[in-house]
Order: sequence, then structure tokens, then C-alpha cells
Amino acid sequence: MARAAGLADRALDLVMALFEAPINAIERVIGKGRMPYLFLAPNLVLFGIFTFLPIAIAIGYAFTGGADLLISNRPFVGLDNFRKLLACDSYLVPGSCEESLFWTAIWNTLWFVGFNVAATLLVALVTALILNRAIAARGFFRAMFFYPVLLSPVVIGLIWKWFLDRNGLLNAFLQMLGVPPEIFLLDVGWSRFFVVVVSVWFHMGFYTLILLAGLQAIPKDLYEAAAIDAATPSRTLFRITLPLLGPNLLVVLILLMIRSVQIFDEAWVLTNGGGPGTANTFIVQYIYQMAFAGDLRLYGLASAASVLMGLVLLVLTLVQLRLGKKVES
Amino acid sequence: MSGNVSAIGFFTRTRRAGRIDITDILSWLWLIGGTLAVLVPVLWAGMSSLKPEAEITRFPPTLLPRTAIQVEVQGFDKPLSLWNVTVDGETREMAMVRRIGLKAQMVDPANPGKPVSVDTRTISPVQRLTVATQNYTDPLTRFSFLTFLKNSVFVTFVATLLTLIVNALAAFALSKYRFRGDKAIFVLIISTLMIPLTVVMVPAYLVIVGVGLVDNLWGVIIPTVASPTGVFLLRQYMLTIPDELIEAARVDAASEFRIFWRIVLPLTAPALAVLAIFSVLWRWNDFLWPLIVLSSRENFTLQVGLNAFQGEFSVQWHYILAMTFLSLIPVTLVFLFLQRYITTGIAGTGMK
Repeated sequence: MARAAGLADRALDLVMALFEAPINAIERVIGKGRMPYLFLAPNLVLFGIFTFLPIAIAIGYAFTGGADLLISNRPFVGLDNFRKLLACDSYLVPGSCEESLFWTAIWNTLWFVGFNVAATLLVALVTALILNRAIAARGFFRAMFFYPVLLSPVVIGLIWKWFLDRNGLLNAFLQMLGVPPEIFLLDVGWSRFFVVVVSVWFHMGFYTLILLAGLQAIPKDLYEAAAIDAATPSRTLFRITLPLLGPNLLVVLILLMIRSVQIFDEAWVLTNGGGPGTANTFIVQYIYQMAFAGDLRLYGLASAASVLMGLVLLVLTLVQLRLGKKVES
Repeated sequence: MSGNVSAIGFFTRTRRAGRIDITDILSWLWLIGGTLAVLVPVLWAGMSSLKPEAEITRFPPTLLPRTAIQVEVQGFDKPLSLWNVTVDGETREMAMVRRIGLKAQMVDPANPGKPVSVDTRTISPVQRLTVATQNYTDPLTRFSFLTFLKNSVFVTFVATLLTLIVNALAAFALSKYRFRGDKAIFVLIISTLMIPLTVVMVPAYLVIVGVGLVDNLWGVIIPTVASPTGVFLLRQYMLTIPDELIEAARVDAASEFRIFWRIVLPLTAPALAVLAIFSVLWRWNDFLWPLIVLSSRENFTLQVGLNAFQGEFSVQWHYILAMTFLSLIPVTLVFLFLQRYITTGIAGTGMK
């Protein structure tokens, strides 16, 4: 440990020796008062190039057509991309839309968001309430539920793909119970079900942690007062715990929605790219396919779809920020 | 107490009553069930990754990695498989010479004489516990997994280092100076939290094309370096460092950069550690962005390589699972040793 600290010290010394002279020279030229701008510069330049510039480009590209990369070679098409995405006889029937894959993806995403948000919230809330009790080995269980959050989506997709394989462990269990084996990921219903299961499995630990922090912030004397009043457990839950956790729950709900809308990585690996057919093709996958996977790279269409999704996420984020302010006050 | 009320009671009680009741049992069932649900798929993949190719798709599967034993028998060119055979009420290990319909011809491997004919329904293969280390060594030597691994380590290490420096500099400016536009810049940086990668990935790729970093590891690293959560976390921590320390250094004619590097940065070590842990996890696990930017095999990171590999060799689960498990190891080590920092970091900032 001491040696590592010594090494770190020497590394810091080296950087100091290398950069101090030029940075101090700048300081003498621009003055101490302007130094914070210099310190902010790397960060702001990176944000400018890789966040704000792309937003401008996305909006610009959304109004152009063709498959060329250079904006100067791209014909201006006005609202054509948006019209193409939104042209539909009935929004309830993706097949009746001009860009039917887009609407298939939207409906798949909406169903996924609905089930995933409800399931994750329920599981995370129950787990947080249990972990908030004075129960033995609490730290161990909290860590256990949190472990999948750290894993990579590719790894999770592969682990579950193997678990659900025709020769996998789940089918072995089912066979012991006398149920015939099933190729879960080739069945529309089962594959959708397991995309939600895997998503809950992956992320619930994160939301449990946030809810647990909220539960532990509830003053203990409220519970003591309730105990003195001989309040029933259900009364305590509905009159103290849930109302005081309410704002936290709302924030978690919105955060979950924002993240669920963006489902891609683990579902993509698990379902071999959105299968069977297009049963698990979600909106991010649609954008990815239009821009990067097809023979024709439809950047304009993909940008238009990105802009539409960005608007939905922006609304959700603004709602979250408002709620977040309420939680603080 | 009715069943309904006690079911709710088990959620609400925060003090142990000194006796175990139904609510404790339900709680334990939930927690143990959840732990199993987390562990079983992971451990199953781990166990499977140790099985030889021929065994991995056996159904129903065995728990431990086993393999059929083959023996060299005098007088036979090829090694023969070993079977448990019951002859005259006595079980012996015998080598199979050939199999014809329901009959098999077996010899005693130690004393090969005239083969005896036995019913194949009465014999079972002799298996030993074998760990198929070649599942791990083959992909690392024959396929490009060592390259993927190297690329992932490079990306993770460099991106984390740059993330710490760039965001610490910005946090220093935003916490220890008053200047025109400081609040606006802070809000601007935090507002980028609202723009997830999935929304800007198409145009961000076009920017990467523009600066000539397509299919380059730096194209994976640089766009991830500036992090709004990083700035936020470090700024909140730096605000707790007393300004008197900085004033004293200014009196001693220290330059602003020296104040940052020698005073503020070392004092921010705990927050830097949390950000470093997060950055390592983010970059190690990144998938969509490297998938878009990197196109040639020698530049793939481990996650992109794994995905490509499972697409090409979809039946070679023994290799896929071994490499999956390999990429799990660093994250699991981080989890085992630094779990406390991560959970407090998340509870404190709500970031992931």
C-alpha cells in the first residue's frame, strides 16, 4: 500500500513538472481571474463536440435525405423523414404504416416499458422494504441483489441465453417436473416475457438501493410514535412509509421509464438482434439498424427517429427534474 | 391477526420483536429466493464454461464438468472408451471395441484377451471430473480474444484516467472560483445528463467520422471522457474543502494549477476513487458505442468481440461461456472489494 502511494506521488510529481511551467505561463498572460475558464475548457470542448454539436447535426440531418455522410451532399427533404415515420392508416396496426418497422418497434417498446416499469418497481419496492427491516445479513443480501447491476449487458445477454437454451438449466428443471422442453427465445410470447425478466434481474438492485436510501431517511421517531399509538402494521405502511416514500417512488418511476425506453444492449444479445422476427425489436434497435446495419445507411430517417425519441425523453426528464425539486423541498 | 395484516406487517416492521414470526420467514424466503435467482444463472454459466465441448450440450445436463474416459489398450490403434460393465454380478471397467446394435464388444484394458459381448443397455460410460481449460486457452491463443482483452484494458484505463483529470479540473473551477457565467456553465454541463447516448449516437458517429477516429480506440475513449455525473460528484465534494486552505496557498504565491494539483486534488481522493470505480465499470461494460465506432476485428473491445464471436460461432457455447466468464472476473473483483463505495456512491448521487 505504502509503495503504491509512493508511486502515485511520483506520478503526480511528474505531471506537475511537465505541465506546471506552460500552465503558469498562461496564468501570467491571462491573469488568475481567468484561470477557471482554462480549467473548464477541456470539459466544455468535449461536451461541445460530442454532445451539443451532435444535437445540432441530428436536427439538421433529420431534414435531409440520401445515404451520403457529408451534409453538403445530402438533399434537403423538409419534413419528408418525419412524414415517412408518421404516415400510418392506423397507429394501432404497424403493418398499415409506411415505415412499419418503426411502429412495430414503438409498440414493442411501449409494451416493454409498461411491464418492465411495473415489475421492476414492485420487486425493488418489496426488496427495499424487507432490507429496511432489522434483518440478519442485511449487507450481504443488499450486495447480492446489487451484483447484476455491475455486469455488462453483453455478458448478461449471453448468461441468460445459455440458461434459457434448449439444453439449458431451465429446461432441465422443467423436465424434472415432467414439462416438455421449450425453446423459449424462439417463441414470441416467452421471448418477450424473458426480456422483461432479464431486465428486472439486471436493474432492480439499482432501484432497490435508491428506495432503500429513501426509506432510511424517514425519521425513526415517526415509527416510535406509531407504535405508542398501537397503529397496525398496515396503517403504518399506508400512513407513514408510503406517503413519505412517495416522492422517491415517483422519481424512481420516471427514471425507470427513461431507461426502459432506451432498452437495447441486453435484449439485442439475448434475442439475437430483436427476434424471433421483430418480436423484440425496440426503438433504439430501429435507429441503429437504419443508420448502421443496413446496406443503405439512412442517416436522415435514423436522425428523425432519434429526434422524436429525444423529445419523449426530454419531457420525461423535465417531469423528473420538477419532481426532484419537490423531493428536496 | 389476519393473514392480510401480517403480510403487510412484514414490510413495515423495523424493529425486531424478539421472536420469529411468519413475516420473518416470508422475508427470508424472498431474500434467499432472490439471491438464488441472481446466483444460479451466473454460476450455471461458470460451471458450463468448464465443461468439454462434447459434454456442454448434454441434456439433461450434469452439474459438474465430467468427461468420458478413454484408454490405450494393447493391440488397438485408437484409444477405446471406458465403460462400467456388470459381468457375472460383478461390476468392472472395460473398454469398448465396437458396438453392433444392442450388443457391445468389450475387453479388459489391463489384460486384453478375447472380447466379450454385453448388452449395451446394461453399461454406462466411465466419467471423471475434468476441467476443460482449453475452453479458456483456445480463444485466447487461436482467436483474437487476447487482442480484445488488451483493447478493453487500454480503453478502460485511459478513459478513466482522462475522466478523472478533465472532470476534476472542471469541478475545481466550478467549486472554488466566482466568475462570470459560472452558474450557467454548471447548469449547461448538468443538462447534458438529459441527452442519452441513444439519442445522439447517429450524429456523434458522424462527428467521429469527421475527426477521423472511426475504427480507432480513441474514438471510443474521447467522447466518454467529459461526464456530467463526474463533474457533479467531484464539485459537491470539493465544496466541502475549506477555502482558507486555498487562500493560504495563494498568500504563499502558489500558482492556480499548483493549488489544484497539490492541495485540492489530493483532498478529493475519496470522491475521485468513487468516480474511478464507476468509470472503470462503465467503460469495461460499454457496448453500443464501441459497436458503432469499431469495425475491424483487431480493434474490438471484449464486449464487441464477445458479441461478434457469439454471432459467428453460435454453437460453440464452450468457448462463448469461457470468454463471458473471463470478462466477468474484473467486474466481480471490483464488486467484492469495492461494493461499499459503489453502493454509497449510488445512494448519494443517484447515478449509475
